[in-house]
Amino acid sequence: MSVNETRKELKVSAIENGTVIDHIPADAVFQVINILNLNNIRNQLMVGTNLDSKKLDKKGIIKVSNKYFEKDEINKIALIAPTASLIVIKDFTVVYKENVEIPNSVDKIVKCINPNCITNHEKVPTQFSVVDKDDLSLLCHYCEKTTKKENFSFI
Amino acid sequence: MPNTPLLRGVWGCVYQTRPFIFLIFHLHIEERQVFNLNTILVNITENIYRMKNKSLVSINDIQKEQYQEILDLAEKFEENPTQDILNKYVVATLFFEPSTRTRLSFESAASRLGAKVIGFTDAATSSVKKGESLKDTILTVSNYSDIIVMRHPKEGSARYASEVSPVPIINAGDGANQHPTQCLLDLYSIRKTQGRLDNINIAFVGDLKYGRTVHSLAIALTNFNTTFHLVSPEELKLPSSVKRYIKQKGLKYYQYSELEEVIPSVDILYMTRIQQERFSDPLEFERVKNAYILRKTHLKYSKKNLKVLHPLPRINEITEDVDSDPKAYYFQQAQNGVYVRQALLATILGA
Ligand SMILES: [Zn+2]
Repeated sequence: MSVNETRKELKVSAIENGTVIDHIPADAVFQVINILNLNNIRNQLMVGTNLDSKKLDKKGIIKVSNKYFEKDEINKIALIAPTASLIVIKDFTVVYKENVEIPNSVDKIVKCINPNCITNHEKVPTQFSVVDKDDLSLLCHYCEKTTKKENFSFI
Repeated sequence: MPNTPLLRGVWGCVYQTRPFIFLIFHLHIEERQVFNLNTILVNITENIYRMKNKSLVSINDIQKEQYQEILDLAEKFEENPTQDILNKYVVATLFFEPSTRTRLSFESAASRLGAKVIGFTDAATSSVKKGESLKDTILTVSNYSDIIVMRHPKEGSARYASEVSPVPIINAGDGANQHPTQCLLDLYSIRKTQGRLDNINIAFVGDLKYGRTVHSLAIALTNFNTTFHLVSPEELKLPSSVKRYIKQKGLKYYQYSELEEVIPSVDILYMTRIQQERFSDPLEFERVKNAYILRKTHLKYSKKNLKVLHPLPRINEITEDVDSDPKAYYFQQAQNGVYVRQALLATILGA
């Protein structure tokens, strides 16, 4: 391991307890912060973006102290940053690491693109099934229309 | 499921072949207590029992075997349309947008089975106008009725209603999305005129992009080894989401731009309206609309068994001289809707 990489490792582990979200596409970093509501929390938060990456062209990284994400939060991350990995840290040590995975169904977090869909007119939580994981698209349980990734807007 | 397995077994074997002879017989001797819906249905089917007390929202919710059995039951109602089997039930028809044709068809179906009908014909005359939510309307009406038939301008409204309603919902059209009873009456009309559903050559003509009836029927027909002939202007082609179903089943489809090309080779010619609001360029609409008009002279080169279907109302896409041709079937098609709706009401309420 080169000196450079060792130093990166150290940076990643630099929180005592918490979660690191790594390998976020650089242009999705602030969106991830938004959908996880990290702009409103009082925990220590470190954000880096436009960092060099071997996997991605430019990557972003988010470190948040004393916070561990639930499954549906991880699903949200997967929808906008499918390349991301999640590292859980306790006592400065990596205790768990996973690559996020696009789920088979997406509930309550994305709006339906169809303006005439009932979910955009009544208080109905949205529900989608994922019909294509590569070219991410979601099939609305209600209006049966498809919403593509470029049209995602989060509730 | 019927009352007891024993009863079911008995009726099942004794009356399997000619159920309705049995039924009329009992009616005549006034044995009303043994004549109930269970005994009708047990002779028809097993699969549609699963539809009891279930909503019908989308044609994709029913299986191939269930289509067949609903159509079998509809056939029985065609033979004997007036039967007082739902006289203890109240059917609500909630039309949040007007559709006289569909509403009358449902109300006729319910009335012929002896059910009481309540409801409204237009949201403008109901509490909906005062801003009541769909959920509240459904919950209120479900207190007064055993089943709700609804038409609503928003897509997905019927699915949502079925999730909040304690009584079953039949979707009579939710925006541009689904209209499953239309699809079933189309299947009924095809089976009745061709004697089968399998291996049909069908042409869909006109607006294949926005026409929900075309989408639902095409998807349903992929269960029956259908060959599809798609006739439309470039801008109104069948969406790839529907073609995906055809491809998944390994079936053939052919695309055409001229109506004349398909007429000699098909069993069913399914005509649709082309609506002006689908076009950004009014001149383009004028050009296209006249390209897909069916005239009596076209039928000269058609197969003997050809039938012309249309979901109605038509605008000008079938000229009136076609109406008197024996191959014109669109008015009978609409009438078949009553039998199919009787079959659904009976299945969902009574089985
Ligand atoms: Zn929707």
